[in-house]
Amino acid sequence: MIERDLVIVGAGPAGMAAAISAYESGVRDILLLERDQYLGGILNQCIHTGFGLTYFKENLTGPEYSQRFIQKIQAIKKIEVSLKSFAVKLSQEKELTFIKPGKLERVKARALILASGARERTREMIHIPGDRPAGIFSAGLAQKLINIEGLLPGKEAVIVGSGDIGLIMARRFILEGAKVRAVIEIQKQSRGLARNVVQCLEDFGIPFYLSHKVSRIYGKKRVEKVDVVKLDENSNEIPGSRFQIECDTVLISVGLIPEIELIDGLDSSSISGLFVCGNAAKIYDLADSVTKDALSAGKQAAEYIKGLG
Amino acid sequence: MIRNLTCIECPKSCALRVDIENCRVVKVSGEKCPNGKDYAVSEVENPQRVLTSMVVVAAQCAATTLKMLPVRTDKPIPKERILEAAGEIRKIKVDRPVKSGEIIAANILGLGVNLIATRDCL
Repeated sequence: MIERDLVIVGAGPAGMAAAISAYESGVRDILLLERDQYLGGILNQCIHTGFGLTYFKENLTGPEYSQRFIQKIQAIKKIEVSLKSFAVKLSQEKELTFIKPGKLERVKARALILASGARERTREMIHIPGDRPAGIFSAGLAQKLINIEGLLPGKEAVIVGSGDIGLIMARRFILEGAKVRAVIEIQKQSRGLARNVVQCLEDFGIPFYLSHKVSRIYGKKRVEKVDVVKLDENSNEIPGSRFQIECDTVLISVGLIPEIELIDGLDSSSISGLFVCGNAAKIYDLADSVTKDALSAGKQAAEYIKGLG
Repeated sequence: MIRNLTCIECPKSCALRVDIENCRVVKVSGEKCPNGKDYAVSEVENPQRVLTSMVVVAAQCAATTLKMLPVRTDKPIPKERILEAAGEIRKIKVDRPVKSGEIIAANILGLGVNLIATRDCL
């Protein structure tokens, strides 16, 4: 089995920054794995601005922010980029198995950085009862369909939860000529940044219901409508507060969870030389913070490899 | 008149208190950096936004596997023209290789603002 000094799983903002930082700290044998056909991860679908304000002191879109790192990585010959490469298994000895078109490969890592990002919480996790028709999407999936695939997933949306991706998607729907009937947030305040409430909802007059929840989804083949109820101080339904909103699409934007399936079942805290960074470690509000965290992880991994002699 | 605004210049989302006389900003408070005052003046006197969206990459553009190209305006445009501009952008197809920063459509709606690519499509 081939041994590499450093293997990094994921080439989004975390993996890219970790690779650059590890190289700058002296690592000369780096394998960077990315499951997509491009570097950049989720930044590729985050076409809005707001990236780079702290790290570059500029207001960039996701792809522009990503491109700065991609250019750096492409200029460093010691970082081997492997695209369409999906990590499937990690052993206690840091032997990593990954698949790429037509191949199953194994590599032993002296140090390994897990930069696999996060996944979206789903309808099932928040227990919305009702039918299971077509037209229910996580907000990030809708973002990918619109921004990467060029497919508009619906014409009239209700957005469940006010996470930043949901707020951003409300605006995307409007800009693509669709309608957003409402954003429904169970908490008393927005989960997303106040600036996104202003520029994504208020700018377009989208109704924003705080302390409300979607209590049922209706639809035979396609989503037809949802029930919405108002909640009291103790998060109990207020009797008689129920109303319905007709829509053909429900977007779910209720937070992210770190994607660390690779170390599920391992005694991960006893694996020396394993580092986790970015949204795989904890959910950050900003890509800039992910970058900062990952730069540190790259440096730590380099120190660790140096220590091995 | 007093207007309360949320600054959208950065994630701090400062709560601004804006004193307005005759449609002009006379005083801003609550901002944690100089951008807050500029935002307040612009938002009250001439609200503007940078518009980001996507354009279709024509199928015959075999240079790339991208189906959609992300774009933005190179300067902010008046808020009340955003939907109109978005409608124009939806009609655009790119049929040639472009680099990030290249102009995709010049002088959108005659506003003196260009639409530029935010990603390489080569």
